[in-house]
Amino acid sequence: MATLSVTRPKKSRTLTAVMALYLLYTLVPLAWLVINATKTQASLFSTSGLSFGGPFALFDNIAQTFTYNNGIFFRWLGNTLLYVVVGAGGATILATAAGYGLAKYRFPGRRAVFAVVLGAVAVPATALAVPTFLMFSKLGLTNTPLAIIIPSLISPFGLYLIWVYAADAIPDELLEAARIDGAGEFRIFLTVTLRQLVPGIVTVALFTVVQTWNNYFLPLIMLSEPKWYPLTVGLNQWSAQANGAGAQPIFNLVLTGSLLTIIPLVLAFLLMQRFWQSGLSAGSVKQ
Amino acid sequence: MTSTAAPPVAAPARPAPPARRRRRNWRGWLFVAPFMVVFALTFIAPVVYAFVLSLFRDQAFFGGTVFVGADNYAQVLADPKFWESFQRVLVFLAVQVPIMLLLALVAALAIDSARLHAAGFFRIVIFLPYAVPAVVAALMWGFIYGDHFGLAADLNHLLGTDAVKPLSQNWLLTSIGNVVTWEFVGYNMLIFYSALKVIPKELFEAAAIDGAGAFRTIFSVKLPAIRGAIVIATIFSIIGSFQLFNEPNIMRNLVPNVIGTFYTPNMYAYNLSFAGQQYNYSATVAIVMGVITAVIAYVVQLRGTRKGM
Repeated sequence: MATLSVTRPKKSRTLTAVMALYLLYTLVPLAWLVINATKTQASLFSTSGLSFGGPFALFDNIAQTFTYNNGIFFRWLGNTLLYVVVGAGGATILATAAGYGLAKYRFPGRRAVFAVVLGAVAVPATALAVPTFLMFSKLGLTNTPLAIIIPSLISPFGLYLIWVYAADAIPDELLEAARIDGAGEFRIFLTVTLRQLVPGIVTVALFTVVQTWNNYFLPLIMLSEPKWYPLTVGLNQWSAQANGAGAQPIFNLVLTGSLLTIIPLVLAFLLMQRFWQSGLSAGSVKQ
Repeated sequence: MTSTAAPPVAAPARPAPPARRRRRNWRGWLFVAPFMVVFALTFIAPVVYAFVLSLFRDQAFFGGTVFVGADNYAQVLADPKFWESFQRVLVFLAVQVPIMLLLALVAALAIDSARLHAAGFFRIVIFLPYAVPAVVAALMWGFIYGDHFGLAADLNHLLGTDAVKPLSQNWLLTSIGNVVTWEFVGYNMLIFYSALKVIPKELFEAAAIDGAGAFRTIFSVKLPAIRGAIVIATIFSIIGSFQLFNEPNIMRNLVPNVIGTFYTPNMYAYNLSFAGQQYNYSATVAIVMGVITAVIAYVVQLRGTRKGM
């Protein structure tokens, strides 16, 4: 009886209803964005926010978004993809190798690495941004893709997650067995370790992708030319342009561009949720 | 953890020592070194550089920079603009973070309780805003708040008033708090949920046998078991509040008269550098904020791990 109530409590309609209210709060702004991305600039101002109105202009808006100003939005999308693939991809690789190294090897300086990296988490990233900008500016890296990519390569959270995950998911016996078979450390990493770490790696990849895709502050200060902007900085520039005095109002493009910026990440999260959720749970085992 | 538990029993046997010695050598650095090299370039070097910058002052009228020691720090600590912005994020932190974490905790407990219909659906939808860039969230909410074509305008129209003004001076900080809450409840919920999922099932059985009800189980078993996750989420939220930049900076386009150049410490540091060219002073502001953040995060961690929440 007791164990039954532990494993199978009754579903509660009240609880579901209360949570549904919260769900509404989560979804209404997104619904507002979707609805308003279907409106023309004129009908945005003449119709109510949460109802469709005027001509259905979604596809027209998308076409305009991609062609406005010689297709600069397309360029921003390409830049974002570049920063994400190289930055977040690199961050995942570095975090995976280092996390595994920390979990499975005893080496001089290991404790120092731990202390320094965890200490760094407490340093606000934005506090580093201005000095990083000045340093990169001396090195001639500002206003180049490298100025965005290099700082994106480090994910202390990713390192921590892989470390905890590897400590659990990879038995030492497996590594010993591979060594006895004569495999080198690097080969063991590629053939044995990586496979075991997949859920952890997917989780780290997804979170670093989100971070790089959504990054705003760093590109804002590092980049001076719109041709290197990622979507976030570009969108804000359009918004500033739409709100400025005597400006050309392109609110419909700001909204449609915003919607287009969200979709890839939402899809990635939905498609890969099985992986990243198991990766996260494993990460919280040892907190 | 697991690797330190190498069996001491095996030590007397001949083949064991070489295996152990191999693990104690420098090989681990092969895997850690690439991370640490980039880390040194992107974390350690800027911190050191910021510190060096903070010790000098740009003598615009005389040319060149001079060493001023702790003068910049004294100036920051006596700077009313800095303290105004600091107070603002402190108020923001004191109100927004508890609300957000409580919502996240309730959501995580509800989803974990197995009493919710369609729990998986709730979990993923509540998490979704995290995938929305702060820029888009701030733009979107900014428009929703606005009287151009937002919901605030609709509401005022409906009520026949103009009382709903999320972008006015009095409401703006609350409105920003709402955007941040909307963005991050799902993320924190997921941290709590992941921690709840790995609580050993025996604990629940023991609690049930002792006659604990659902709420008793939450307060006596679940919350203590996820204390680590709560501490981590609290620390990240504190750091995030002190760093507040994106949302106010983006909403500044809508209300440039309400959001000034020193609305938050980070906006102050940013504007000092990029509008004022006062790099040395800006670096000092950044360091002072960094130190305050690190100290508070450290204190929270100590308190959080030592006693119950």
